[in-house]
Amino acid sequence: MHPAFSVLIFTVTSGAGYGLLAWLGAGQLLGYSQSYTSDQQIILGVIAMVLVSIGLLSSTMHLANPKNAWRSFSRFRTSWLSREAVFAILLYPVAALYAAALFWQWSCINWLAGLSMVLALITLFSTSMIYASLKTIRQWNTPMVPALFMAYALSSGGLLFLTVSGFFDAFSPQLLKTVTGLVLITLALKMVYFFWQGKPQGATIQTATGFSQASVRLLDAGHSAPTFLNREFGYQIAADKLLRLRIVMTLVTFIAPLVMFYCVLQGTAAELLLVAWVMMMTGLLLERWLFFAEARHVVRLYHGEQRT
Amino acid sequence: MKLGLVIDLDTCVGCHACGTACKQWNTSGTIGPLSDERPYEKDPSGSWLNRIRTYEVGDSPHSKTVNMPMSCMHCEDAACVTVCPTGASYKREEDGIVLIDQDKCMGCNLCSWACPYGARELDPNSGTMKKCTLCVDRIYDEQLPEAERQPACVLTCPTSSRVFGDFDDPDSQVSKLSRQRAGQQLMPELGYNPVNTYLPPRNPKQQDQIKVSAVQGIKQLVNRIINR
Repeated sequence: MHPAFSVLIFTVTSGAGYGLLAWLGAGQLLGYSQSYTSDQQIILGVIAMVLVSIGLLSSTMHLANPKNAWRSFSRFRTSWLSREAVFAILLYPVAALYAAALFWQWSCINWLAGLSMVLALITLFSTSMIYASLKTIRQWNTPMVPALFMAYALSSGGLLFLTVSGFFDAFSPQLLKTVTGLVLITLALKMVYFFWQGKPQGATIQTATGFSQASVRLLDAGHSAPTFLNREFGYQIAADKLLRLRIVMTLVTFIAPLVMFYCVLQGTAAELLLVAWVMMMTGLLLERWLFFAEARHVVRLYHGEQRT
Repeated sequence: MKLGLVIDLDTCVGCHACGTACKQWNTSGTIGPLSDERPYEKDPSGSWLNRIRTYEVGDSPHSKTVNMPMSCMHCEDAACVTVCPTGASYKREEDGIVLIDQDKCMGCNLCSWACPYGARELDPNSGTMKKCTLCVDRIYDEQLPEAERQPACVLTCPTSSRVFGDFDDPDSQVSKLSRQRAGQQLMPELGYNPVNTYLPPRNPKQQDQIKVSAVQGIKQLVNRIINR
């Protein structure tokens, strides 16, 4: 699949934003947000919603006909993309009420915190299901994709929560240990995904053309220059380059931040977490790029590939 | 009604007339124009609703060249309609034709991702998705003589490899053909239940061994010795 930059930015930044909001809401319910003043919590919420908004604006950039984008709220009963749009917009008034509740100390604050957290998680899940629901791309059509999207968002959001807390002198080592555990789980899940992805499976050129008893080779694709299908689905990347990018991605997204977590737990200044967060976000951009570049749509079979 | 096409892979010669006729009709039809990029340069590109690909099936010397035209299969379980967030993509209840409302499409490409057959292509000019309409603006046009109320690709096919009809009617030509010739769906394992059916190539008749008379046999033997 062609990795559209606007979609990479969208899924990574809005993921971090929703993750941060989920951590903030959970903190209100579980009590660890109380180490912040309510003003500081509002700042955290604003950071989350700014990240989400950057992502959502970026997502509209990949639309070829954005003047009809408002219609995307209409098919939430069937389309995950529509559900994502509906929940993303629903979250704004709820998050605003949550901020108001923090500011004026309303008694219903726990309800609003919980609702914000749930909506953020549902929006994340909807985004991941856009990809996971496509039977045409076997690398995406797995429950691991929603699990990974949620794990990335909660890792990067949780790390941002801690980073900001460092600047507010409200840093909690206990919370950092929780985030470390989460990052380790995410890393393990990603490794499982890489191994699973390498296993040959799914449609082949035989099932695609119906000649299941013979070898099939493409003689002529029928066009002299690349078409929409080639540009959108024909993205090709060399295997050795892929391996190198996977290693770089794992180091930048997971290993380097984990080393920095260790340093911070050993007493280094908590400001180091900002570096860790920037590294993780950069790594996640690369991860999302790989997520697209490695996904192989079945239409490639008609253009001569033997399997996906 | 379940309208669709039967495509005979035995007789298709891969002339691309169906694709050309499709472009000609639909560029001025209900979803038109089908715009192009750099049409007169060395790398022309543009929306095209019927792609014809050629495959070699089997290994030489027992291989066969098969031409496979592919347009929208008008799937019974059309995922492209399910994923559409705007409601632009829809499947008509009365005849099963899958269409795109050009006034509603926002060009997010998700339906083209959901389609395994590469039937949907983004128009580079309007930014909306374009696809085969099964010539919905021809087949119901009562101004046309009845014999011409068929998709443009079917009318133009010089080898009559394309047949249009109603698969719900067991006595229609398409139903009969797919029954008699063991019509196949492409990539059935994805479960989209495509309506368009492909007739596999027939096995060539076994040629009888040419009988060689005794005199000819001796002549051949002599010739071979002389050649040495």
